[in-house]
Amino acid sequence: MKLRRVRAIALKELLQTWRDPRSLMMALLVPVMQMLLLGYGVNLDIQHVPVCTLDEEGSFFSQALLKRFQASRYFELVEALKRPGDIAGAMDQGRCRLALVVPADFSRTIAQTSHGTLQAIVDATDDNSAALATAYANAVIAGFSANVQAVAMQRQGLPVQPPALVVQSRVWFNEDLESRNFIIPGVVALVLALVGAQLTSLTIAREWERGTMELLVSTPVTPMELLVGKLAPYFVIGLLDAGICLAFALVWFEVPFRGAFTTLLVTTSLFLVVVLSMGYLVSVTIRSQVGASQIALLLTVMPISLLSGYAFPIDQMPAPIQAITYAIYARYYVTILKAVFLKGSGLAALALPVLALVAYAIALAWLAARAFRKRIE
Amino acid sequence: MDAVVRASGLAKRFGGVVAVDGIGFEVSHGEIFGLVGPDGAGKTTLLRMLAGVMAPDAGAASIDGIDVVAAPERLRERISYMPQRFGLYEDLTVDENIRFYAELFEVPPAQRRERAARLLAASAMEPFRRRLAGQLSGGMKQKLGLTCALVHAPRVVLLDEPTTGVDPLSRREFWRILYALRSEGVTLLISTAYLDEAERCDRLALLQDGHLRFCESPAELRARMPGALVEVASTSPREVRAALAPLAGVRSVLLVGDGVHVHVDNAARVPQLEAALSERAIAFDAARVVMPTIEDLFVALLGPGAQAAA
Ligand SMILES: Nc1ncnc2c1ncn2[C@@H]1O[C@H](COP(=O)(O)OP(=O)(O)OP(=O)(O)O)[C@@H](O)[C@H]1O
Ligand SMILES: [Mg+2]
Repeated sequence: MKLRRVRAIALKELLQTWRDPRSLMMALLVPVMQMLLLGYGVNLDIQHVPVCTLDEEGSFFSQALLKRFQASRYFELVEALKRPGDIAGAMDQGRCRLALVVPADFSRTIAQTSHGTLQAIVDATDDNSAALATAYANAVIAGFSANVQAVAMQRQGLPVQPPALVVQSRVWFNEDLESRNFIIPGVVALVLALVGAQLTSLTIAREWERGTMELLVSTPVTPMELLVGKLAPYFVIGLLDAGICLAFALVWFEVPFRGAFTTLLVTTSLFLVVVLSMGYLVSVTIRSQVGASQIALLLTVMPISLLSGYAFPIDQMPAPIQAITYAIYARYYVTILKAVFLKGSGLAALALPVLALVAYAIALAWLAARAFRKRIE
Repeated sequence: MDAVVRASGLAKRFGGVVAVDGIGFEVSHGEIFGLVGPDGAGKTTLLRMLAGVMAPDAGAASIDGIDVVAAPERLRERISYMPQRFGLYEDLTVDENIRFYAELFEVPPAQRRERAARLLAASAMEPFRRRLAGQLSGGMKQKLGLTCALVHAPRVVLLDEPTTGVDPLSRREFWRILYALRSEGVTLLISTAYLDEAERCDRLALLQDGHLRFCESPAELRARMPGALVEVASTSPREVRAALAPLAGVRSVLLVGDGVHVHVDNAARVPQLEAALSERAIAFDAARVVMPTIEDLFVALLGPGAQAAA
C-alpha cells in the first residue's frame, strides 16, 4: 500500500465532498438536525400519571410513602380505594393507570426483614409508558427508602395477573428521570450510521455513474489503497460529527457524561469502521448512487431506530425480537454509549460489546477490502 | 522492429452480442496504430481488453512482453489508457485532475510540473488550469484527458476516440502531440471516427462486427481497392449521383464536399460517365481519377457488396 496514492484519493474525496452541497449538508447539518429533532421530538417522559391507592395498612409510614408519589410530577394521586376488588374497575374505567397497594403488614415486614414489598399494578395497554411508569414508581420508592421494593404487576384486564414485570434497573442510572438522557447518547449512533453509511455509499457508485471508474481502474491504484483512501475522509468527518453530537448532548441538553472521552473515542472509531465499511460494500455492489444510498438507509436507520435499544429498551421487546437485536451491530455501540454517558463505564467493563464491535469491524472491513475488483464488465 | 503490443484470438461477448471475435495483430515500437470501423465494430471493447481493464473471454495479449490478461497490474505504469467517455472528475479543476493522476502514478512533483506545463502549452490549455473540468468545452476536456494520460510518461498509449467532438484546430494540436510522442519512441493505439485521421496513422486496423477485416498501412489499403476512383466536381451532386449510380461498372457513388466520388471497376469508364451526365444536361466541372481517401476505402472495403469485391 502506497501512502502517496491513499493520500491522493483521500484528498480528492474531501474536495468532492466539500464541493457537493448535498454531501456537505449531510456531513455537517444532519448531526445538528438529528440531535435537535430527537432531543426535543422524541420525549418519552410521562407526567401526571393518574394513580389509585389502596392503603391496607393506613399507618403514618404508608401515608408518607404515598405522599412521595403525590409530590412527584410524574404521578397524581386521584383516588383512595377501599377494597382490592375496586382496582379493576378503576383501571377499566380509565380513572387511573397505576394502582399502588400497600399491604397490611408493610411496616412490620420492613421492621423484621428490612425488606418491604409494595404492589404496583400498571395498566399495560401501552407497554412503553407502563414500563416508564413502573420505572418511575421504583425511583420514587428508592428515593423514599432503599429498603422498600416494589413488585410491579402488569394488568390488561381481569383478573389481576401474577407479578410479571420485573423492576427496571434503568432509572437507577438516570436518577433525574429524564427519558431524554436515556435517548440522547443513542442518537450519536444513529447520526454516525446515517451520515457515515450515506456518504460512503456514494463513493464508488459515483465513480461508476460519472464514468470515472474506467480511468481509475487503469491506474496502478490497488483495491486496498482505494478502500483506505476513500474511507479515511469519512472517518474524519464521522469523528467530527461525533464531536458535534457530543457537544450538543453535553452543552445543549445537559446530558450527564460520566465516562472517559478516550473510551468514547475508541468505541466510536470502531463503530465508524463498521458503518463506513458497510456503506462502501453497498456502493461497490449497487453501483448506482440512488440505489446505494437507499440500501444504506435501509441497513442503518431502520434497524438502529427500531432494534438498537436507543429509544426502545431491548429488554422490553418480545423474546424473538430480542434475539434479533444481537445481530444488529448498533446495539453494541448503543449499549456502550449509554454506559459511558450514564454509568461512566470504562473499556474493561464494556469488554463484551466492545469485542462484538471489533468482530463486526474486522468482518466488514475484510469484506469491503475484497469486494472491489479492478475490472469493468 | 520489435512488436510491443501483441494480440491473438482476443474475443469478448456480451450476452448474445459478440463484440470482439478472435482478433489478433501486432504493433511495433514507435508506431501509430489506428483502429477504425463503424459504430459497434468493437473498437472500445478491444482497447479495454488491451488496457487490462476488461478481461477477454478468450485469446491472449501482451504489451512489452507482459501478459495483459494474467498480470494487468504489472502493466499499469507503462501504459496509459484514455477511455472514450470522459473519465476525469468534473468537480475538480484542471490542475487538480492532473495532480491526482500524477500522484496515482507516483510521478515526482518536479516531473509533473514540467510535463503538465509542456502538455498544457502544446494544447493551448494554460489559461484554464484553475477551471473546473466540468466547465470546459468538449474539446478542452479531451485535451485535459490527454494531458492526464501522458503525465506519467507511458511507453504505450491507448486512446479511444480522443478527438471526437474536438474542433479542427485542437485536433491539429492533438496530432502534433501524438507525432512528438512517436518520435520519442512511444507506441500509440488510437481509435478514431474521423477517417482523415486514419490517414495519419502508420497502420490501420479496419474492424467490422467484431472482426478484423484489414490490417495494413493506408497505402497498402489503397492498393487493395479494385478499379479506380473518379471525382466529379459539381454543384448538384445529388443529381450526379442519381445519374451515375445505375450505370454499368459503377460500384458506388459517395457524396463528398463539392461533388461525388465514383468507384468504378476501371479507369476507362471515365468517358462513359461524362457522356451520361452531358446527356442529362447536368452541369459538372471535371471528371478525373483521384487517389481514394480512407473514407472511399472504407465504403469500398466494408460497405455493402464489399465481401465480393475483397
Ligand atoms: N458493457 C457492454 N455490455 C453489453 N454490450 C456491450 C458492452 N460494451 C459493448 N457492447 C456491445 O458490443 C459491441 C461492440 O461495442 P464497442 O463499444 O466495442 O464498439 P465501438 O467500435 O467502440 O463502437 P463506437 O464507435 O460506437 O464507440 C456493440 O454491439 C455494443 O453494443
Ligand atoms: Mg467505442
